[in-house]
Amino acid sequence: MLRIDCLRSVYSELENCLVVTIMGAVAAELHSLGHRPNFFYLQHAMGLASSTGLGLALCLPEQRVIVFDGDGSVLMNLGGLSTMARYRPKKLVHIVFDNESLLSVGGFPTATSTGTDLEGIARASGIPRVATVRSVENFKAAVTDAMHGNELTTIIAKVEAKGPAAYVTDLSLLENRFQFRRHIQSLKRS
Amino acid sequence: MPVSLTNSRLIFDALKECDIRLVSALPETWLVHLIRLADEDREMILVRLAKEEEGVGISAGAHFAGLKSAMLMQNHGFLASINGIVSFAHLYRIPLLMLVSYRGSLGERDPWQTQGGNISEAILRALAIPYFCLDAPETVKKRIRQAQTLAESSLQPVALLLTRDLMWEE
Repeated sequence: MLRIDCLRSVYSELENCLVVTIMGAVAAELHSLGHRPNFFYLQHAMGLASSTGLGLALCLPEQRVIVFDGDGSVLMNLGGLSTMARYRPKKLVHIVFDNESLLSVGGFPTATSTGTDLEGIARASGIPRVATVRSVENFKAAVTDAMHGNELTTIIAKVEAKGPAAYVTDLSLLENRFQFRRHIQSLKRS
Repeated sequence: MPVSLTNSRLIFDALKECDIRLVSALPETWLVHLIRLADEDREMILVRLAKEEEGVGISAGAHFAGLKSAMLMQNHGFLASINGIVSFAHLYRIPLLMLVSYRGSLGERDPWQTQGGNISEAILRALAIPYFCLDAPETVKKRIRQAQTLAESSLQPVALLLTRDLMWEE
């Protein structure tokens, strides 16, 4: 299963969500499918995409928030899973692309390649709904289900360690950040 | 416990007057009353963290959502947050109002706090984070207002160091 195919399979569903991604392949691939003002790419600060999604979800409880995370980032902020579980915002969907690798820095294997079980960690942290998916079809079904559900969900998507040819996009970090905030403020006015 | 309830309330009321609506916190002795006040206030969203660096992401999310937030942490928690501060708050120009208990400074009895006290201000200066030591109750309201104003206008982290003189009654 390729991450880009997963992203493509749910892209049309993202229109009315606030989307936060981690850096590297996830950001570049989502951007390559077509940037939208409701997408924020956290191009550093590994581990904090989930915390950002939690902050958004706690402040905007009626708003659907999607976080596209990765195994390397989640492993840097395992405590963040317990914080998410503690407050369990109903409309937060946390998707972890697990390619068992720190791909963008050269493909070094992470601990999920030697048996660390992110689904088990998420479940034991208290995340109410957790699933692991291994096919695009199951990915799309799990994400769609979570997006129409009313419970904090973490989905572990096992993907191949393959990424895009380049990681830098033509969208400046600050432009993305200001556009994202302005988009949210416009939603609040409408 | 001789943590000053009077001055904790003064700080909390000042945060409320600045329209702070979300507080992230990791408990430590000096912050116990502040965290309880935030917990008991129905208008305040309190996020209890596992590690202080999460608070950078929480505050960024709040900023995007249009809510003003503050972070309560010990100076060792500030040290644990540095990558988040640099590679999120500085990189993306996120305003952070950080209230940092200044452990390990003059009068500190706990040996384990003393190294953090030695280097907190030097690290803040190295990171070019504007900071101010809060030690006099009569200046608390004004300084919190000023720090919040600067964080919002400059879109960057600003720190207030909560000193022993302010937080501890003995």
